[in-house]
Amino acid sequence: MDRVLTSRNGPWIAGGLIGLIAVALAHFGNPGNMGFCVACFTRDIAGALGFHRAGVVQYIRPEIPGFILGSFISSLAFREYSPRGGSSPAVRFALGVFAMLGALVFLGCPWRAYLRVAGGDWNAIYGVGGLIVGVFIGIIFLWGGFSLGAAEANPKPAGLVMPLLAAGLLALLFLAPKFGENAPVFFSASGPGSMHAPVLMALGAGLIVGWLAQRSRFCTVGAIRDFLMMGDAYLLKGIIAFTVVAFAANYGLGKFKPGFESQPVAHTDQLWNFLGMVLSGLAFTLAGGCPGRQLIMAGEGDSDAGVFVLGMIAGAAVAHNFSAASSGAGIGAYGMHVTIIGLVFCVCVGLMFREKGE
Amino acid sequence: MSDVITVNASGLSCPQPVLMTKKALAGLESGHVEVLVDTATSRNNVSRFAENKGWKVSTEERGGGYTVILEK
Repeated sequence: MDRVLTSRNGPWIAGGLIGLIAVALAHFGNPGNMGFCVACFTRDIAGALGFHRAGVVQYIRPEIPGFILGSFISSLAFREYSPRGGSSPAVRFALGVFAMLGALVFLGCPWRAYLRVAGGDWNAIYGVGGLIVGVFIGIIFLWGGFSLGAAEANPKPAGLVMPLLAAGLLALLFLAPKFGENAPVFFSASGPGSMHAPVLMALGAGLIVGWLAQRSRFCTVGAIRDFLMMGDAYLLKGIIAFTVVAFAANYGLGKFKPGFESQPVAHTDQLWNFLGMVLSGLAFTLAGGCPGRQLIMAGEGDSDAGVFVLGMIAGAAVAHNFSAASSGAGIGAYGMHVTIIGLVFCVCVGLMFREKGE
Repeated sequence: MSDVITVNASGLSCPQPVLMTKKALAGLESGHVEVLVDTATSRNNVSRFAENKGWKVSTEERGGGYTVILEK
């Protein structure tokens, strides 16, 4: 199996399996077209911990710690656990914040953008278009010599922090302690946060996807980047299989509902669907991979990816505390502001960080 | 071995190791290029890129990473 996953056909197989698992999770209780959404799930975790108080999106999604732990176990088993870090961590934290802000203007990470299209949510076509444009802007910076600098090998225990954090989240999920009146851990009683597949199923799915993605290098942003930049379709095969299989499974289950209106956890403000994902796509490209990939790398011991993930958690709190997150009713009062600030920040980073000699 | 070109892409995020390799191989009809990387992902990406360009690829583990050896 491992030979297949690491072969040229690996992305086809991993992408297809991940697409199938995503539709299964939505079928068994996750919100519509949200079998996996790294942004939404991270936002739900931030809410469960009380970092924001949007009562309808608070739940410790076991898929996220599952990704980290699945990747951690896989990287140990295949001798790819490699603690490293030190490549502009504060900048990566800020990129994580803005990637999340953009994703919550659109209402989904790149994974969910493809899943939304696969479910017939045509609003997400604008999001995918924005993602491609964002990645392309990142490519222009990469051609110009953009680099956040080299990471260095870290002591072995340094890579344990994110897996331990993941294990801690699972402990909070299973024990569900209350740290006082009107204090976390919060679990939504209504809204998207209350909708979830059975806990063990979701955790198992997260672990399996963590393993599949660690072996195949599944990356929803790298796929576009490598294809546009070098004509390399290796990773692109993964998202094609992911989307096509998710579409087929949705169709087979009668969940394919084409149109713009009344789509689950989505709005129809197309300009900001587009621009939100331009911001996300650019931030992910500057950070070297999509949010799922950042979780996988964090599991492999990459502290820089771990810092990016922590930035995403902070970004989720900012999005909801400062009325920047969208909802089904439309974009938040400050969604436009954070998107523009984020784009300016990312362009400045793209222009200012260059390898010497370029 | 003075004609060995060494590319140090260790510690760099995707896709910089491949970009640096591409730059090093540009216009090179033959030769011996060694690319230093720190992760298995970068090792695989650089190997795949060079193989697609017709280079013979071998890899060696070294302390804290890999050396990808490209020959043509």
